[in-house]
Amino acid sequence: MNASTTERWDEFMEGIWRQNPLFVMVLGLCPALAVTVSAVNALSMGLATTFVLTCSCVLVSLLRKLIPKEVRIATYIVIIATFVTVVDYLIQAISLALYDALGAFIQLIVVNCIILGRAEAHASKNPLLPTLINALGMSAGFTLGLFALGAVREILGAGTFFGIALFGADFQPWVVMVLPPGGFFVLGAWLLIFAAIARRKNARPLSSPAQGVR
Amino acid sequence: MTIEIRSAPHIKGTRSVEQIMRHVVWSLMPICAFFVFQYGLSALLSLLVVTVSCLLTERFFVRQGGQSGDIGDFSAIITGLLLALSLPPGFPLWMGAVAGIVAIALGKALFGGIGFNVFNPALIGRAFVQAAFPQAIASYTPSFMPGRFYEFIPSSMTIPLMQPVSVVAWLQDRQFDALAGATPLAKWKFEGVLANADELLTSLSGHMAVGPSPVLILVCGAYLAFRRFLDWRIPAAILGSAGLTAWMLFALNDVRFPNPFFMLFSGGLILGAVYMATDMATSPVTPKGMWVYGALIGLLTVIIRYYSGLPEGVMYAILIANAATPLIEKITQPTPFGKGVLSNFGRQKKGASYPLHSGYISREDAGAVTPKKRFLFNKPKQPPKE
Repeated sequence: MNASTTERWDEFMEGIWRQNPLFVMVLGLCPALAVTVSAVNALSMGLATTFVLTCSCVLVSLLRKLIPKEVRIATYIVIIATFVTVVDYLIQAISLALYDALGAFIQLIVVNCIILGRAEAHASKNPLLPTLINALGMSAGFTLGLFALGAVREILGAGTFFGIALFGADFQPWVVMVLPPGGFFVLGAWLLIFAAIARRKNARPLSSPAQGVR
Repeated sequence: MTIEIRSAPHIKGTRSVEQIMRHVVWSLMPICAFFVFQYGLSALLSLLVVTVSCLLTERFFVRQGGQSGDIGDFSAIITGLLLALSLPPGFPLWMGAVAGIVAIALGKALFGGIGFNVFNPALIGRAFVQAAFPQAIASYTPSFMPGRFYEFIPSSMTIPLMQPVSVVAWLQDRQFDALAGATPLAKWKFEGVLANADELLTSLSGHMAVGPSPVLILVCGAYLAFRRFLDWRIPAAILGSAGLTAWMLFALNDVRFPNPFFMLFSGGLILGAVYMATDMATSPVTPKGMWVYGALIGLLTVIIRYYSGLPEGVMYAILIANAATPLIEKITQPTPFGKGVLSNFGRQKKGASYPLHSGYISREDAGAVTPKKRFLFNKPKQPPKE
């Protein structure tokens, strides 16, 4: 690995670990709490957001010199809304059951602050390649976060994982896990784990600075 | 001669937290013993498992987080015993263990350990399992079953993560109908059957599925109140307000509403009023506030029992009142000595003074400022000195 590859890898890992949108920045909680009842829902929500985030950030980055400063937010929203419409129809075409399960939260990707935040804070100031890497890292982090939530809630709430029964027919479902409070409990637990690991990492004396990110 | 300068309190009681908690544990022992006498082996094991899971969780979090207090202060034992007493005796043991873990982890450790919890930990644990396993927590078994000291209630011994077996067949084997497992409150709410006084008080005459005996709890609570380990105002306010509200509704419509005696002695009201609502960390410290707090719990209990889909409402009533405790304390602060009367024309200064004006802050606190014109409200404003 040469130096620039390492840098890019760090940039990518930034979204997954050090600035994880869900567990570190605590953004995008609306879909994170509402649709993570099962691993499938969580993963598809994450992939839909990935698509929208990556495409809009790339487009914003390409157009960053053309967009007037005064109307940039409106422009970003139009760009994001375009891709959300695309993903909305796409999911409807692929699986109607999934579309019903995710409900209004597909359309609500428009107002997901991670996407607008990335467009405003990163994509509008950086050329294409760093933007693409950053957007992919952020969406990977968000998708992993949703998946972590959805997996725990599905395993405890229904005893299944991707619809496969893990514990047999006699499993006692934890009703609270598929209800909104369960979302908060699991999110809180993951935040706790992330914060504990981060603290432990920071407490350890750093032998080499580059290792800190991994 | 050395003079020590420090801020109040200057007079310290001789009682330690550990001593208070130990007395509460002792006073719980007769209640637990009678509970075991009522329900046999399953109740005993349930008490043990829930308490041990509370203690282990407490030890883990104290070790991890460096919080003050440890299992030596007996507070986790109280949480465990109260939690077990509030659960059905045949509650699956693994669910009891989950309740104990949640009670200490979510209800206590997360807030910073003993004395910092906002809600009663035992009720947090119970609320969690109520939300997670609503069917298991509603399935009581009759008390004084024959052979209760030789065999477990079948639902107790459920394999972890699995559903408890239904006790209906087990009850039919012993010539009990399926209704025998319903609590008096559930029977009243869903069947319209009102329990008699003797059934409610001890259940010695029948096989009513009641929890720990209300009479015994009142006796043990009276001992604690007499020794000043709990404040008598809170249970008195709760039972008074619940009884009064129930009596008024009963007077309005004696068909729709049960009598106030049933209201007071069914379900967990007595246990909640004497042991759970009086938790020192989560109830107000001001005497006036205790009355407000107790009245709120009593009123909410009656409202939840009569007007909601749940048969029992003590747990939520106490949790809501716990949340209101800081506000209640704030509005019922007593006026400190020497602060109440205005100097001019004997006008009485009303209401709270401590949290509302900074004159009460000790001068010894770093940077504390005492306002100078405290008693001169009627004087014309002086021009600012520049």
